[in-house]
Amino acid sequence: MRFSVLVEVRPREGIANPEGATIQRAVAGLGYQGVSDVRVGKAIRFAVEAPDEAAARAQVGELCQRFLTNPVIEDADVSVGANGGQRA
Amino acid sequence: MRTAGIVVFPGSNCEHDVAEALGMAGMGARMIWHGDAGVGDVDALVLPGGFAHGDYLRPGAIARFSPVMAAVEAFAREGGPVIGICNGFQVLTEAGLLPGALRQNCGLKFLCTTVRTRVDSGRSALTCSVATGTRLSLPINHFSGAYTCAPDTLAELRSEERIVLRYLDNPNGSLDDIAGICSPAGNVVGLMPHPERACDPLGLQDGIPLWAGLVATVAGVAEATRSA
Repeated sequence: MRFSVLVEVRPREGIANPEGATIQRAVAGLGYQGVSDVRVGKAIRFAVEAPDEAAARAQVGELCQRFLTNPVIEDADVSVGANGGQRA
Repeated sequence: MRTAGIVVFPGSNCEHDVAEALGMAGMGARMIWHGDAGVGDVDALVLPGGFAHGDYLRPGAIARFSPVMAAVEAFAREGGPVIGICNGFQVLTEAGLLPGALRQNCGLKFLCTTVRTRVDSGRSALTCSVATGTRLSLPINHFSGAYTCAPDTLAELRSEERIVLRYLDNPNGSLDDIAGICSPAGNVVGLMPHPERACDPLGLQDGIPLWAGLVATVAGVAEATRSA
């Protein structure tokens, strides 16, 4: 089966995120009050061939741990959809 | 003459400066392409600065899987001196040869300047010839140079005297002012400043004692091997 995958890489809790902090200041500068906790990460989309969703998740999890994130400073949220590689 | 291998990745750009600095210190240099399977017969390895693989994904993230890295890891495990400068430091942390990570500078500024640093430990392959407390002015040139690690890792680095170089005026938000660290055995060293750019007879010269340290380390390793 073909699964569409979205990996959202984000800076771990407690790790400074200067890009997010800068955007937050700019948002306040535009007059939007009450916007907080801005964090910037990255989104990586791809498709995976696997027998089932559990296998796809296991493979993506390993990929995140080994390569797509640096576990010292980053976490990842993984979404897996069985929609043939369409956008999740 | 002792020879250091300089590991060149697509996007490295400090390899010739390193070769020049090594030559001034009395060591030969040989370029090793990242796609090579081995490092050959060398006495030390240097991973130079630059933007290996375009810094895509994260600095060092792709370089750590370059074919040559297995040989670099084996060389380090056997106690061989491995020096990572700037992007090379990032590669070594990604490869797990040094703990922690380098994140983006606070202020999101690409820093290209000369900073004052202090040698805080002489138990590394690079700082062994320099008295603790010595101040060195060294160039930096990086966007992701703020060292960070877990609290227990920091405690370990401190207690084992593995923080070899600190910034006097922290330029990038680095944890505990860290500019350079080493492995438990001291043979693997990573630092953000560029000692190879401070070996100019008419300019900055504070990198010279660090390269002298590497030469002394290599001589010491050779001596130990002979007497063993």
